[in-house]
Amino acid sequence: MAESYRRSQWSNSLFILPYLSVFVVLLVFPLFWGAWLSLHKVDLFGPGRFVGLGNYVRVLADPVFLQALRNSIIFVLISVPALVVLGLFLALALNKTTRTTSFLRGLFFSSSVLSVTIVTLIWRFVFIPGDGLLAVVSEQFGLQPVNFLSTSGWSLFSVGVATVWWCVGLPMMLFLAALQQIPNDLYEAAALDNASPWRVLTRVTLPSIARTIMLVTIIQIVMQFQLFGQAQIMTNGGPNGTSRPLVMYIYEVGFVRWDVGKAAAASEFLFLIILVAATAQYVISSRNSEASE
Amino acid sequence: MSKDQSTYRPDALTGNRTLLAIAIALSIVMMAPVAWLVGLSIKDNKELMLGTESVFELPYTLVNYVNILYSSQAFGWFFNSLVVAIGQTAGVLILASLAGYAFARLEFPFRKTIFVIVLFGLAVPEQAVIIARHQMFNWFGLHNSYIGLMLPGMSSAFGVFLMTQFFKAIPKEIDEAALLDNASPMRIFWKVLLPLTLPAQATLGIFTFLHAWNDYWWPLISATRKEMFTLTIGIASSQTNFAQSEGLGFLSAQAVFASLPVLIVYVIFQRHIVTAVSGGAVK
Repeated sequence: MAESYRRSQWSNSLFILPYLSVFVVLLVFPLFWGAWLSLHKVDLFGPGRFVGLGNYVRVLADPVFLQALRNSIIFVLISVPALVVLGLFLALALNKTTRTTSFLRGLFFSSSVLSVTIVTLIWRFVFIPGDGLLAVVSEQFGLQPVNFLSTSGWSLFSVGVATVWWCVGLPMMLFLAALQQIPNDLYEAAALDNASPWRVLTRVTLPSIARTIMLVTIIQIVMQFQLFGQAQIMTNGGPNGTSRPLVMYIYEVGFVRWDVGKAAAASEFLFLIILVAATAQYVISSRNSEASE
Repeated sequence: MSKDQSTYRPDALTGNRTLLAIAIALSIVMMAPVAWLVGLSIKDNKELMLGTESVFELPYTLVNYVNILYSSQAFGWFFNSLVVAIGQTAGVLILASLAGYAFARLEFPFRKTIFVIVLFGLAVPEQAVIIARHQMFNWFGLHNSYIGLMLPGMSSAFGVFLMTQFFKAIPKEIDEAALLDNASPMRIFWKVLLPLTLPAQATLGIFTFLHAWNDYWWPLISATRKEMFTLTIGIASSQTNFAQSEGLGFLSAQAVFASLPVLIVYVIFQRHIVTAVSGGAVK
């Protein structure tokens, strides 16, 4: 009886059939269809002729694309270290469970459940010149506030501030989970050696969660590379495209200018970048069972 | 996260008073923008036009919240969000439970291969398929429809992955007992195992609901008619021309109104959400 349950049977695959059909129709097929589109001249009225790598050449020759790629990389370089360091700091500070720390954990994670529209609204009300919280506060101190959202250099930074505020909960939670896994005897041994708190941190705590730090960093790179809503709503990519990220470029080319083939080619580049990061994540996380740490 | 995990650690750094003080200071910085938003929402729009410093002074009013009641648009968007989020959540729970059970317990041809392919799906960013998806939905006339807004979220491999883990965690002895009674796989799934996964269903359900409620990218592209906007898109659209039209106070009240459902869900189900999010990330 138990044997028939285990035996490989076609009828058993009926259970995965519903999901598998959705998966194939809405994910696998579009993936290949997108690749096909990227090789064709396509516009609003439907697919046209085969152009080979023409779209890719057009994308790479487009200064707007190169600027957007550069912006996305800069954005990852400013937001990811901030998220990792801040998340790690909060996890260390709130590791011991008391009523206060549980409340603070909940608070720092709470912004993550808000939608991007709310987050950007909140931060626009902080950054807008004249009426924003920053403007009002700096007036009290007699300072002249920068026009954060429309000054090049500051606009992408402001988007980064809003993003860190929005996303810091996840790294904190992942680090907290990792800190709980550190065996107690490591700390006891360190205490016997009279190690200073700094030494305990650098010799015991950080090495023990090294893998999690790597993992969190890669997860955040993948997430922040997909920046879109914050930039689109807060700055609309401006000024002069200095805060337009890669995904916003795809959106504008594909759904505003309806140059579908070119947008498909640009999204293949994004896919490639994410795929490399995701592979790294997979390799690191599948190594965890072997490494005894 | 269970309570017994909160063991005392003789690590001088964690639980350090100074670190905690800095964290408390950070939490105040964190909350300041929210307090500002709430402050704006309880001020009269005309008063705010003269200068937003008035947030720090009396009088306060609930008139902006009352105005939401008269704005049929916001309620329509709220309803759309509710329909889409509930529909998508139901779809994900059904598909993911069936598939998770099969991957965890049953043998069928190509099981391993299919599972690896589905896992690979986790690495596909939405943006990579969005152009093609948009065209496909165009062919079938699914844009500006509830079903069109719900469907893409159901293809996510995350739910399947999570449910497979949950089903694997149930001791095998439980289905062996049912097998002695000659129960069919469907019967074991429905009568024996599914009831045991209720906490898992809650975790995945809440996570999917929040995700659908907050989704910005797909509804922005698919729902182009104003009456089909979800709340997330609707608020974004009234935000773009916020200086001229609606007034800071009203917009703030709308934002508070839109975030209340998710914040209430979060406060009640915090544990489930944290499990889903951290479980999903370390896949």
